Parts: sequence; structure tokens; C-alpha cells
Amino acid sequence: MPAKELSPIEVYKLLPGTNCKECGETNCMAFAAKLVNREATLQQCPPLLEPKHQRAFDELWALLKPSVRAVEVGIGENKVTLGGEYVVYRHEFTYFNPPAIAIDVSDEMPEEEFVSRIKVAQDFEFEYIGMKLKLDMVAVRSTSNDPATFEAAVRRASEASELPLMLCALNPTVMEHGLATVADRKPLIYAATKGSWREMADLAVMYGCPLVASAPFDLNLLKSLAKTLLEYGVEDIVLDPGTLPDDGLADTLGNFTVLRWAGINEGDELIGFPILGTPITAWAEKAEDPVINEWNEATLAAALITRYADVLVMHSVSGWSLLPQVFLRQNIYTDPRKPVSVESGVRKLGEPTEASPVMLTTNFALTYYTVASDIEAAKVDCYLVVVDTEGISVESAIAGRKMTADTVAEAFKTFKVDDLVKHRKLIIPGRAARISGEIEELTGWDVMVGPLDSSGIPKFLDANWKPEAA
Amino acid sequence: MTDKKEKGGRLPISLDLLEMLSRFQQIEFEDVELSFEELELRLSPGMVAAPPSVVPAVPERVKPTSLLEVEFETPLEEYPAQIVEVKLGATRTEGGTRGRSIVIGGEKAPAFYSFLQPTPHRPVIAFDVFDYPKVPLPRAVKMHVREVLEDPAEWAKLCVEKFDAEMVNVHLLTIDPLIEDAPPSAAVKTVESVLQAVDVPIAIGGCGDPKKDLEVFSEIAAATEGERLLFGSVTLDMDIEATAKVIEEHDHTVIAFTSMDVNRARELNRKLYDFISKDRIVMDTTTAALGYGLDYAFTVMERARLAGLKGDPELNHPISSGSTNAWAAREAWMKLGPQWAPRELRGPLWETITAQTLLLAGVDYFMMMHPASVRAVRTMIDSLMSGKHPGEPVEWVSLKV
Repeated sequence: MPAKELSPIEVYKLLPGTNCKECGETNCMAFAAKLVNREATLQQCPPLLEPKHQRAFDELWALLKPSVRAVEVGIGENKVTLGGEYVVYRHEFTYFNPPAIAIDVSDEMPEEEFVSRIKVAQDFEFEYIGMKLKLDMVAVRSTSNDPATFEAAVRRASEASELPLMLCALNPTVMEHGLATVADRKPLIYAATKGSWREMADLAVMYGCPLVASAPFDLNLLKSLAKTLLEYGVEDIVLDPGTLPDDGLADTLGNFTVLRWAGINEGDELIGFPILGTPITAWAEKAEDPVINEWNEATLAAALITRYADVLVMHSVSGWSLLPQVFLRQNIYTDPRKPVSVESGVRKLGEPTEASPVMLTTNFALTYYTVASDIEAAKVDCYLVVVDTEGISVESAIAGRKMTADTVAEAFKTFKVDDLVKHRKLIIPGRAARISGEIEELTGWDVMVGPLDSSGIPKFLDANWKPEAA
Repeated sequence: MTDKKEKGGRLPISLDLLEMLSRFQQIEFEDVELSFEELELRLSPGMVAAPPSVVPAVPERVKPTSLLEVEFETPLEEYPAQIVEVKLGATRTEGGTRGRSIVIGGEKAPAFYSFLQPTPHRPVIAFDVFDYPKVPLPRAVKMHVREVLEDPAEWAKLCVEKFDAEMVNVHLLTIDPLIEDAPPSAAVKTVESVLQAVDVPIAIGGCGDPKKDLEVFSEIAAATEGERLLFGSVTLDMDIEATAKVIEEHDHTVIAFTSMDVNRARELNRKLYDFISKDRIVMDTTTAALGYGLDYAFTVMERARLAGLKGDPELNHPISSGSTNAWAAREAWMKLGPQWAPRELRGPLWETITAQTLLLAGVDYFMMMHPASVRAVRTMIDSLMSGKHPGEPVEWVSLKV
């Protein structure tokens, strides 16, 4: 059942009704509400796990389980979950598990390249509004088609990184050699094809690892493979409908879209699996300059992040091409149900005194964190007045009249800003310059128009904030 | 930093951010110059997979021994409504002087659901042109237009002749009371010179001051009657009646701009309907940069488009996006250290990905800036519109790269 149609009452009726609080909620109804929002799991209700409630548990699971199966790859803290989605459009509920990005290495790569690529996958990190954006997996490809070579490469990769692995070999014998060495790490097996599904399924069942069903641009075959694998005993399946740039792009995006649609809105259980995208196909034809391949791969990957990929295999290890990918998936997979605003009010940054600067910003979380972290990094002591702009940025707030001289003056009154400092000099964001005069009129403060980007605050203060100004 | 160049946020261009870009150092990355002609990739047929050898079968229960064949049925969702078609520009026979006119909109299904419906009209990308030589531009953009900064007509011509611009969006920054407060007559002159210089359809961007924009739009609209210019923008805090009447009377089109709110978009459209025919309205629900609210921008557009297709009579308009706003993201322009260099690639890619994400939400009209970004998004549109199907899949597992 699509998540959007489920009410807490339906869930509540099936819970044990003990109100025991063991789940951490005050009562079963509150827990039901959390379950419906997918903010809690059934496992958090100990009474429900007792054998006598088995039937209720099964019914609840049927109600609550995602339409796209959640497939886990890897073990321990680096484990990634692929899929586990409930809706086609993010505004209908939210997306849950951002697509995992796997960086490839091949079993014939020179040692140095092999190691440095894994290092990129392992060490990639970018700080963004209090989060660390990272890469997730290493995909080891067999270009040698030689069992021993592949096995050695898989071992090296597993030793070099704790990240979950994806093993890519179309020859089951080669796969078996690689898989046997790292099966306890629960790698993703690529792939079961029309010709190899049985051998690959045997491996997946024997080692308990998730398996990709691959049928590029043949959805009948893809669905047939999924059905066959399920019957064969493979439960954790990932679908590879094929990825191609250029002339293949329309069908690529179309296939990803119909698969997700059928899995969710038609409830097709043979299709309700995570989807694999392979932007690495943008490297099939070598451009004169590899930058072109990187660029093409980057735009393809971004399109697939927007259109339902749950795991991506990429070849570029350049920061400039990977950075927008991790930003995009973070954006698209942000929960639209939660306001990205912070509380309005006055924040003390550092240890401000009566002579410290007073600055102004909005309560859009991104704006606030960016400004606050820039100020903190510069070790500036100041007061930051956070105006309630209904969670939108300075630029949009000025345009949309959410930040006006009136709202600023109101905030000054509410938060008693006049009492904080002896001086009357307010630094406003550069993007709010348009209303500087009106703010002066309504608050009685002298307005200094600050930099356009908060990274310029330290320099701005150096140039404009003299101790005697206060 | 003074407020002299500060822009109101209604302008689809983040002038203020661009100012920072202009302070960039020399390009630090010399060996790679992004050549937009090269941003295309032709695929060769993939390699053939090695024949799989057979693993001894594990003894099984009632496991299938052959492929269980089933058919995948493509879900055929029906959308009762259609997005309005808006014609931009007018040829001589249509009452204007353009070499061609461009129709946008007309969709009967979500963006590029080609399994349901072909996309009726290509989304169009307009190059941003400014009437203000001091407009701060990213270095990577400036190097392409340095010679023409003083002359918007020449600038427009360069975009058309060198970068194959399908449209040009002239931003009248000088009319801003906070910049030069240039009179409407000067703006008319600028627009007329651009119309003389190129024969593609033209869009006009105001300064964000509701009174001044109306004043200037009114004179331009009268002086260019019949050209079907696209005026950007009309907003809820403008005199909607007066603006709409000017557009309707002189046979132009308009961007209805609201700030990331489906209900506001509805409200503005509804107010416009009293004075203007629907096929003159393109709506802009605000574009935020990748990393800086793109998720909102994406979802508001996606929601508006789906609502329009499902029959909401106030949201079935083509969508406009100022994707140039991508440069407002500091990650698009800031030095972040060698791991993330060169920013000369990171920036254009940031603009490209911001735009193409919104393309997939349903955008029909883009304002963009970097020639490589425009080229890349256009290449993607070409691919999506081509009606072509893939040849052989690429066997990437054994690909030697």
C-alpha cells in the first residue's frame, strides 16, 4: 500500500495495545503514528515480536513494508541500504535511501591506480550543513575474465577498504572465485543474465548475497529474471534495466521511470526492487580528452539520481564531477515533510560583549548554518539575529516579502536586541541591501550592508568594524 | 561592499553573487579547456560478453530449471489535461520581425515520459544578456563575452552566431533605481537594437522594482507591438491589471513569477486570467541552486506540473527557470582545494545539473549563462527528444578504461 494512504488508526488496531512504552513512545497510538511516518520500525515493539502476535506482525509488515524492497549490501557500519522506497514523487511522502555511489576498479588495473581509486572512494568527504557527504561502495570489475586475477583483485579491494563491495563479472566461474573470498562482507553480485542466471542464483543463495538481475533494454526479460530468481530462492534482487547516454538516454530514463512506477503504483512485486544505474557506460567511447567522458558521466549520473536509481557505478574519481552528485542526491532525498528551518531568535556566537557586532540572517537552515559556521570558523564574537522568514533564504525572503523592515523590527522587539549591546550598528546580509533604509527607519539602528556571501564576513569586519564603532 | 549593485531577488539572475565571481584569479587549470563542441558522445556498439562457463549446479528443491517468462506491461497512466502552448516571438507573417517563433508547453504527460507521449515541443534555452557592462560575470563566462560587454546588441549577436542561441534574454539592469535608474526610453532603445541585431525571439528581464518594471515594460511593449516578447516578470506585488493589459494589448507574453509556493503561483495566474489570455503566460516558481534549495524548486515545479496535467486549470502553464541561479551556490565558484578543482569545470557542471534536474521536473524555458552548460543541457534535450532507441548495450564490466 502506498505510504501516503495509510492512517495511524489502521496500524494502531493491529498493535498489542499494551501501552507499555517499551518502544519509547508514551502509548501505542503515538507509536502507530511514528510507524506510519516510517520513523519507527516494528522491531521496536517487543510485545509484537512475541509468537502470539505473529499474525498481527505479518499484517502490519504487509501494510508498512516499502513498495521497493530494501536490499542491504555490506555489513557493519558501512552497510548501505538500496531501495526501500514508498513513492514515485518525493512530495507524496519522502524518499528514504539515497542512491549508493560505487567507484569502479578493474582486476587488470595497475596497482597504483587501483589503490588510489579505492582511496578516493574511501576518503571522499565534503561537509554540508552539518553533514558529511561521502561515497559508498567499491565495484570490482573483471576485465581479465580470469578467476585467479579476479580473486586477487577482490581480495586487494577488500583489504584496502571497509566499504561494501560490488563484484562485477559475467562469467560465473570468475564470480565464484571472487565471491568466495569476500562473501562474509555481503557484496552485491553483478549479474544474473539470461545466460547465467542459474549459476549466479546458486552463488547468491549459497553465500547469502544480493544479486543484480541484468537485462539491458529488455524489460520483459528483466521481469522474467526477477520472477525466476525469486522462485529460485533469491530474495535480495537489484534490477539493471540498462544505462546508456545519448541515443539511449530517453529509453534509459523511461525504463527507470516505468519500473519505479510499476513497482509502487501498480504494486508489481516482481518489479518492486532497487534499480542499478551504470553511468560508467559514458566511457565506452573514449573522448579526445577524458574530461569529456567525465562530464558526460556526471550529467548521466545526475539524471539517474533524479529518476530513481538506487545504486550507481561510476568511473570518474574527480572531485568536480562527483561533488554535484552527492549534493544532488542529498537534496532529492531530503525529507520534504520536515521544515528546513531553525528557530528564530538571537544566537550568541563565541563570547559576545556589549561592544560586539550584531548581524542579521534568516531562519532557513541552510542559510543559518552557512552563516554561523563562517562566523565560528573566523572566531568572531557576535550576536546573530535570526529572523523568521518561514524557512527561506535571504534572497527569496526579500523577494517574497518574508524579510521586510517590519519583520526585522518585530524581531528586534521580540528578542530585545536593544538590550544586548551598547551600540546601534546592525550588519545586514548583502542580499538584503534593498531594505537597508527602511530597517534604519523602523529600528532606529544604523545599518551596515554586509558582504553578499557570509564567507566575506571576516574580511568585512576587518575593514569596517572598528572597536570605536561600537 | 556598497549596495549600489544589489539586486532584488525577483531577478532571475544573482547579480550579487556574480560580483564575487568577478574577483576570481586567473584560471589555475590550463591544460583542460572545456570545449562545448565536444560535449557529445557517440556510442560504439558494445563488446560481446565472454561466454559464461558453467558452474556445477547445486542440488535443488523445486527450483525453476528454465527462465520463467513473464511480460512487463508498461503502466499507461492517463492525464486528462494538457499544458497550455505559448508562442514566443512572431515572424513577419505573424505580426513581428523574428526569423522564427518558438512554441513551448503543450505536454500531455510528465516531463519526458516518452513511453506515454512524445514531448510536443523542445524546451528552449535563452542566453542571458545584460545591458550593463559592469555586470559581474564568472570568469569562465566572461572570457566568452568580454568583447561585447558594452553592447547588448552585439552580445546578443554573439550568442546567436557563436553559441547558436535559440533565444536571448535581455536583462535591463540599468533601469534599476539602485543602479543607473535609466529611463524607459533608454530601455526601449536597447531592446530595439537587440531586435535589429538578431532575429531569434527575445525575452526581456526587468530589475525587480515593481513600479519601475511596469513603467519600462509598458513602453517597450508599445514600441515592439506584435513581437511576442517574453517579459519577465509579473509578480504579485506589481500592478497586475496594468501589467497584464499592456502585455495583452500589444501582443506579448509574460513570465508570472512567484516564490516557491504552488498556491502563490495559482493565485497570480488566477489574477492574470482576468486581463490576459492563458496562452500568454509562462510561470516561474523560482529556481534555487543545487545544494541551496534545489529540492524545493524541483518539487514545486514537479507538483505544479502534475497538478496541471491532472486538471488544475490554474497551473497548466509552461514553466520557466532561471538556472543561472546555480552560480549562487558557493560550491559552483569558490576555491575548495585541489581535490575539488578545477572550479572552471565544477561551475559549469553545477549550472548544467541544476538545469537538467529541473528539466526533468518539467521546465520549458531556461535562462542560462555558461556556453558549455547551455550546450550540455541542449544535448540532453536532443537525446531525450530524438525518438531514438539504443543500439547494442555497452558491456561495461570488461570495458578497458
